[in-house]
Amino acid sequence: MMYILIVIGLLVCALQAVRAQRLLTSALWLAGASALTALLMYLLGAYEVAVIELSVGAGLVTVLFVFAINIAGEEALDFVPSVPRPVAWVVVVGAVLLLGWMNLGTLGAVIGVTPVTTFGNVVWGERQLDVLLQIALIFAGVMGVLGLMVEEGAHPHKIESQEKHG
Amino acid sequence: MIGTVALIAILGLLGIGLYALLIMRNMIKVVVALQIMVKGAMLAMVMAGQVAGKAAIGESMALTVIVADTIVAVVALALAVQVRRRFGTLDIKALSTLRR
Repeated sequence: MMYILIVIGLLVCALQAVRAQRLLTSALWLAGASALTALLMYLLGAYEVAVIELSVGAGLVTVLFVFAINIAGEEALDFVPSVPRPVAWVVVVGAVLLLGWMNLGTLGAVIGVTPVTTFGNVVWGERQLDVLLQIALIFAGVMGVLGLMVEEGAHPHKIESQEKHG
Repeated sequence: MIGTVALIAILGLLGIGLYALLIMRNMIKVVVALQIMVKGAMLAMVMAGQVAGKAAIGESMALTVIVADTIVAVVALALAVQVRRRFGTLDIKALSTLRR
C-alpha cells in the first residue's frame, strides 16, 4: 500500500510540475518528484544513489532552478503547444505501451536480491572511466554556473557598443 | 509487488516527461520535462540492475546519470538565462525566427 501511495504522489508531483503555470511552482513540484524518486530508490535497495538523488536532485537542482527563474523571470508561453496535442498524445501512448510491452517479463522478477559486489567496489574498481567522465562533467558544470552568473554588462557585444557610444 | 509499482512509476515518468517535452515552448519548462524523463530512466536503471542480479552496476550507472543530468540542467538553465537577456523571450519557437 505504501509503495502505491509513493508512486501516486510521484506521478502527481511530475504532472503538476508540467501543468503549473508559474515556473517557480513548477520547480517546487519537481523537487517533490525528486524526493519521492529518492524514496522509491531507497525502497528498491539503492541506498547510496537514493541519498545522492535526494541531495542533488531535490536540493542542488532546485536551488539552480530558483536562481535561474529569478534572473530570467516568469513567462507564460504554453498556451499554444509546439506540437499539436493529439500528435503528442499518440506518440506518448505509443511509446509507453511499447515500453510496457517490452518490460512485461520483469513483472514477476524478484527485487532485492543480496548483491554479489558492493556499490563502492563497482564504482571505484570496475567503472573508473565513469568516475573520470563525472569529473569532466563537473568541470563542464562549473563553466555552466559561470554562464549563469555572468553579468549582462560583461557581454562582449554590449561592451563593444558601449565603447562606440562612449 | 514493488517491481510492478516501480515499473508503473517508470512508465508514468517517461510518459509525462515525453509529453511535456513535445508540447512545451518555455525553455525552462523544457528542462523540467527533461528532468522528469531522466528520473524515470534512473529508476529503470536501478530496477534493471536489481532484476538482472547486478544491482551495483545499475546503481553506478544511475549515479553517472545523476551527475550528467545535473550538468545538463545547469548548462541548459545558463543558456536559457542568456537567451532571455539577449532576445527577451524564453519561447523556443520565437528563437528560431529571430534575427540580430
